Amino acid sequence: MRRFRPLDHLILLLGAAFLLAPVLMAFLSSTHAAADIHMNGLYLTPGTEGLATYKKVLTQKGGFTGEVTGARMALNSLILGLGFALGKLIVSMLAAYGLVYFRFRFATPIFWGIFTTLLLPLEVRIMPSYQVMSQLGALNTTWGLIVPLLASATGTFYFRQFFKSVPDELLEAARIDGAGPWRFFAGILVPLSRPMMAAIFIIMFVYGWNQYLWPMLMTTDERFFTLMRGIKTILQVWVGSQIPDYNEAFALAVLAMLPPLGVVIVFQRLFVKGLTESDK
Amino acid sequence: MMAALTLESLGKTYAGGTTAVSDVSLAVADGEFIVLVGPSGCGKSTLLRMVAGLEEISTGTVTIGDRVVNRLEPAERDIAMVFQNYALYPHMTVRENMSWGLRNRRIPAAEIAARVEEAARMLELQAHLDRKPRALSGGQRQRVAMGRAITRQPAAFLFDEPLSNLDAKLRVTMRGEIRKLQKRLGTTALYVTHDQLEAMTLADRLVVLNGGKIEQVGRPLEVYHRPASTFVAAFIGAPAMNLMDARIEAGRLMLAGVDLGAVDSGPRMVTLGIRAEDLRLRAAGGLPFRLDGIEELGATRLVHGFLEDQPLCLSLPSGADLPAGLHLGADPAAWHLFDTLTGKRLPSALHPAARSRIAAGADPLS
Repeated sequence: MRRFRPLDHLILLLGAAFLLAPVLMAFLSSTHAAADIHMNGLYLTPGTEGLATYKKVLTQKGGFTGEVTGARMALNSLILGLGFALGKLIVSMLAAYGLVYFRFRFATPIFWGIFTTLLLPLEVRIMPSYQVMSQLGALNTTWGLIVPLLASATGTFYFRQFFKSVPDELLEAARIDGAGPWRFFAGILVPLSRPMMAAIFIIMFVYGWNQYLWPMLMTTDERFFTLMRGIKTILQVWVGSQIPDYNEAFALAVLAMLPPLGVVIVFQRLFVKGLTESDK
Repeated sequence: MMAALTLESLGKTYAGGTTAVSDVSLAVADGEFIVLVGPSGCGKSTLLRMVAGLEEISTGTVTIGDRVVNRLEPAERDIAMVFQNYALYPHMTVRENMSWGLRNRRIPAAEIAARVEEAARMLELQAHLDRKPRALSGGQRQRVAMGRAITRQPAAFLFDEPLSNLDAKLRVTMRGEIRKLQKRLGTTALYVTHDQLEAMTLADRLVVLNGGKIEQVGRPLEVYHRPASTFVAAFIGAPAMNLMDARIEAGRLMLAGVDLGAVDSGPRMVTLGIRAEDLRLRAAGGLPFRLDGIEELGATRLVHGFLEDQPLCLSLPSGADLPAGLHLGADPAAWHLFDTLTGKRLPSALHPAARSRIAAGADPLS
């Protein structure tokens, strides 16, 4: 056992406080009225408007059409996050499986080709992507939001490295055990990849959940509004003497944080469990 | 399921032009335990993997039972393999590890359960059936790997250095178990190892490989007592056989300037092989031996030294200190003569007269 070190703990506590303070401030401010925030700035004390604000942002119909509620936006974000995470997992695992376990011409150049092109961030290729999707008639559709972003260089790379670390003997044992390519993939590789899948899922879910630019381009229909866009629209009301509803923006931001937090907590357990259980 | 295994002028050349195995022919009888032994890089594992179907065959044919299996998938060859690192599926329990292959072959569940139960009983794994491999010791994992092979009920077992990841003591135990199990099941087995002791104790017949070619095939004692080449002589047996440069002059075998006795051959250079345990101490005369060091092994001791400038090792019972200068002799029956250039054994180089005199119990050096 290591000795208790006050200094180490102090540093950790300060670090935690430093990271948590803005979140706490956002949460506490969201429990005050918008006008108070406008006058007095951010709060570090609890207010009285909390329940009402949260109820309002979740259920009040807003937007230009007056149709979109916070819950609807949260659902859209969830669809996007889950669609991204699951889709990317499937695509990148299959791609990596092909690259590692099947011998075909130019496999390595193909891999590096994929890798380098997809290293470019979305923003660089966003206009051509938009053009293609618009000509396919995929604007204002859920699949148009998700599918173009599914190919994942990061995921493919991680799974490729992971599959390469799986001992060859397992493949050979499986071949002797009469497993075809699919059976080996589903029966051996996928179960072995669980920790890796959890890690990729966390990253990709948060990535999808936080998407802002792509949904904004792809969807004009308010039924597809996500939380990120909701927060933005609340703050975009500087018309006349209207005060932005800071409290509602904060409330939405706090709500928007919860699902990724949940995903991280749930899968982190599985991730750590997978790591400690593995005997390699 | 009974099956013989035949390899016919089997060869393996890799894409880069490296030849790993060349012209290996071997007929394995049904139920026979064959050990492929040789130093690392001799092609023994490649050969085994060619039989298993994990490595493509460049030339020749492999026949299991009455089927040529060259073009068949590993699963269709009716073999089971035990790997050096066990290759157990880490996410499956012992039971699942043993039954997965059977489920892939669509064997009825009741039959699978019965086979797994039977294998677990044989290997004393019943208590561990629902554990995962990581919860098992090395020896138990090895047993599970064996169990997976047994439940397949294959025509042949293929073992790829299955014991080299175990500690020395466990290796001896598992060696005995593998041998017993194989005899009991009566399944043909092909076993690869680099450990000559393992090879000697397990094999019905040994196949000594060197550089992708067969050096010698034979029963363990046959190989030990009549090694076909200097390579086999040096590889089989511990300590390694002493190999010395000798000469035949006028029908006499001359070593280090000493006349050892008559041989039936013209004058030439030969390599004389004598095993450490076949060398005897003499009071006087014989080969002058300069002592260099002694390894005490308990019951015996290995005495290292030089015969002129040629290193030599002899095995003696433990006892009193030895003087620095000794005199050695060896029975002509214990001589192994090899061609110096090719390393091949010289057949019956011993003089017929000498042979009969030895039979009569005479001392060849007298």
